[in-house]
Amino acid sequence: MSDRPERISAEEVDAVARLAMLALTEDQVERFAHQLADVLDHAADIEALDLDGVEPMARPVRVVNVLRPDEPGPALDRDEVLGQAPAAEDGQFRVPPVLGGAP
Amino acid sequence: MSGVDPERWEVVIGLEVHAELSTRTKLFSSATAEFGGEPNTHIDPLTLGLPGSLPVLNARAVELAVRVGLALGCTVQRSVFARKNYFYPDQPKNYQISQYDLPINVDGSLELPSGQVVGIERAHLEEDTGKSTHIGGGGRIHEARHSLVDLNRAGVPLLEIVGRPDLRSADEARAYVAELRAVLVAVGASDGKMEEGSLRVDCNVSVRPRGSAELGTRCEIKNINSLRSLGRAIDAEAARQVALVEAGERVVQETRHWDEDDGRTHTLRSKEEADDYRYFPDPDLVEVDCDPVWVEEVRASLPLLPAARRARLVERSGASRPHAAIVCERNLDDLCLAALDAGADPERVVNHAVHNLADERAVGLDPAAFAALVAMEVDGTLTATQAKTVLAELVAAGGGDPAELAAAHGFEAMDTSELEGLVDGLIAEHPEEWQRYVEGDPRIAGFFVGRVMKATQGKADGRVVTALLDARRG
Repeated sequence: MSDRPERISAEEVDAVARLAMLALTEDQVERFAHQLADVLDHAADIEALDLDGVEPMARPVRVVNVLRPDEPGPALDRDEVLGQAPAAEDGQFRVPPVLGGAP
Repeated sequence: MSGVDPERWEVVIGLEVHAELSTRTKLFSSATAEFGGEPNTHIDPLTLGLPGSLPVLNARAVELAVRVGLALGCTVQRSVFARKNYFYPDQPKNYQISQYDLPINVDGSLELPSGQVVGIERAHLEEDTGKSTHIGGGGRIHEARHSLVDLNRAGVPLLEIVGRPDLRSADEARAYVAELRAVLVAVGASDGKMEEGSLRVDCNVSVRPRGSAELGTRCEIKNINSLRSLGRAIDAEAARQVALVEAGERVVQETRHWDEDDGRTHTLRSKEEADDYRYFPDPDLVEVDCDPVWVEEVRASLPLLPAARRARLVERSGASRPHAAIVCERNLDDLCLAALDAGADPERVVNHAVHNLADERAVGLDPAAFAALVAMEVDGTLTATQAKTVLAELVAAGGGDPAELAAAHGFEAMDTSELEGLVDGLIAEHPEEWQRYVEGDPRIAGFFVGRVMKATQGKADGRVVTALLDARRG
């Protein structure tokens, strides 16, 4: 696998990391670039198969329509939940400003 | 109104309407979906995105989505839930479960009261987010010191109805939302309350030189809370874009926030930066594939929809489209049709429904009493003014005998010979005005009728007076 050409750039890894809100070191960026390229190579191997006429599937067995009736169930205790939050105020989760912090 | 010259510019609008579905519980968990409540009391492990919690789809939400889809003439198809990944504190899982490439409803349309047909691209299921309150900076999102998050609404089922960019003005956009709301309410899918956020509208606006077939760069406007805001936001945004283009600048595709106070839209985030949601099928959920037999059962259970009700009224009564729209919006079409069945004059029935039955209680009016009243008007027993008075009393009481009510007011048909005497007297007293009337001066027509009305305290029938005058003109 590793002798195949690299198909993921450091910039692409950075972009994906930013979307996932991950702060990566340079070493990690390099390592993940290779790993992600390996993943794509694996996908390419599958793409090379002749799959004409084969329905795409999201899971190995076909299961459809798993539904539940519209019946209310119990709620969690608010105080217990908020007690585990980093910050709370007036019965609500207190979070840093949503926008405007970043340049 | 907006400062956009309609001769030179065309505004193109496409709306995305999010409707909260009227279920008892959330889309993927059994926490209550009730509106309001003390903050963070409608929560369970799934709402909080706790590890190990798993979503299970609400059967009623699927049914309501299909009801709306069928009412909009959509095709109901096999659908798949996908994760839309982004970070925002009102959504603890860090992804929203929505439908992406395989939505449950596709390719429908909505007919507006004007007759305009607006395309519907899709109507898909997704979960709502929680509610953030921005503290500090006067509540403005950009200047807030911190935010408070209430997750009661997180996970409530939404149907996102994506309209095609077929709308060309603020008026058309408002008419579209009003009609969509009427359909949602009619099929029992949503309460349609914009003020409670049950119905939310995101608005895509672009402008192009009139005659151009190419679409301009669009901006998406959020935070629209009423039909009035929708119209204002469209006009303001179109004016902003036209000013940019006329100044030789270009419109940047972005999401903008409508500010009700300053009447302008403001940049919220630029598209290319943030909108990479990395959708993928949610591995915790299986696809939904509705049984075609069940779909047909749902279709058969739909009520008559607003457009069909308007068409029925137009056909039965000869009402104009705008009048039919008013009557149906007031839910008076059944009353009118029942009055017609009882033999009432269609034109008068519709006229009363449009002009004299704005009272909400009119829905409960006894059609037989309504028809009897209209009959008294037609045969000249009551004048239009008297009929209006009696009608208001019938509405207040839910019914009654119009003849008795008229008698209680002392309303009775004027003896024609009495009227003839009055008319002859007036002609003798006002020879100059009479001469002008005879010569056909339109400004004098009301003079004699007005005098007769005054002399009879409104009891005379205007049509009878006019007929008497015409007979004397020879």
